[in-house]
Amino acid sequence: MSPDYYLYLSAVLFTIGALGVLIRRNAIVVFMCVELMLNAVNLSLVTFSRIDGNLDGQIIAFFVMVVAAAEVVIGLAIIMSIFRSRRSTSVDDANLLKY
Amino acid sequence: MTTAILAAGGTPTHEAVLFWILAPIAVIGALGLVFARSAVHAAVLLALVMLSLAAFYTAEAAPFLAVVQVVVYTGAVLMLFLFVLMLVGVDSTDSLVETLRGQRLAGVLIALGFAVLLVVALAGTLDSFHPRGLADAQGEKGNVVAIAELLFSRYVFAFEATSALLITAGLGAMVLAHRERTAPRRTQRERMLERVERGGAALAPLPGPGVYADHDAVDTPALLPDGSLAMTSVPEYLEIRDARGTQGMLEAGES
Repeated sequence: MSPDYYLYLSAVLFTIGALGVLIRRNAIVVFMCVELMLNAVNLSLVTFSRIDGNLDGQIIAFFVMVVAAAEVVIGLAIIMSIFRSRRSTSVDDANLLKY
Repeated sequence: MTTAILAAGGTPTHEAVLFWILAPIAVIGALGLVFARSAVHAAVLLALVMLSLAAFYTAEAAPFLAVVQVVVYTGAVLMLFLFVLMLVGVDSTDSLVETLRGQRLAGVLIALGFAVLLVVALAGTLDSFHPRGLADAQGEKGNVVAIAELLFSRYVFAFEATSALLITAGLGAMVLAHRERTAPRRTQRERMLERVERGGAALAPLPGPGVYADHDAVDTPALLPDGSLAMTSVPEYLEIRDARGTQGMLEAGES
């Protein structure tokens, strides 16, 4: 087995995350699917770092984790404030900017 | 010896075993995350995927990232998700009405096409790769020390920018979660005055339960001065114990 299989797994996980973003309505679940996509990319970064014999990939994965943590904090706060005004977490209900 | 093999970029048999056990679990967990009805189930399945990714990181000679994955993602991020789910209400299920007609089918088709594209592209390019492993990169120092050296030399500006980012995110979360008080806070005095004006409710505390020689439980009503039972002395949720025996004894003593 070569490390390539990790890349295939990463591609599959990324696709599943994208599928979730496309078809789910609950904003929190959509957000979880975004996290899944970030995790899949991290897996491929770590695998590339191993294939390339270079630690930079792991460092970038680390920064991705930090940015993802900050993003989760802000995103969940936004979802909370939308829920407060609209009583809903469905992504279809937040349509004030539509027209 | 194992670390030597891992650092050299080879993939020993136990790594293949780990991969073929955990990869289906991760894929099934991810599919469950997409198709789970309840958001809490989705969060738990996401935790499963993240933990299996942490196991992959240990197998790929990245123990530092594995620990960070467990602590930051499974520990902090997912708990944050669960807290928000509890605040929002667990039973908020997805509506099954499609706003755009055929959106689900289109989403599935696009995802399938994207997966085929990615896998074909990977299969076309990856055959020429010969994994070099991390032995040269981290040397004798080990993974954590090597990462720390890189982080505090070449990536030190990115690291400092990260601290600014985290502070900004914390401030932003506080601003977004803050709620301005639109009406002045009602004091206890105002609420009490309202209660007196409304009438009906007892203003003084309710009487306590009766205390007798043979009963002193909370379901025993107290006796009023005229000998009748004080029904408000027993919480309304309790069944009143038949205290006529007690009352009868009292009446017998009086006569």
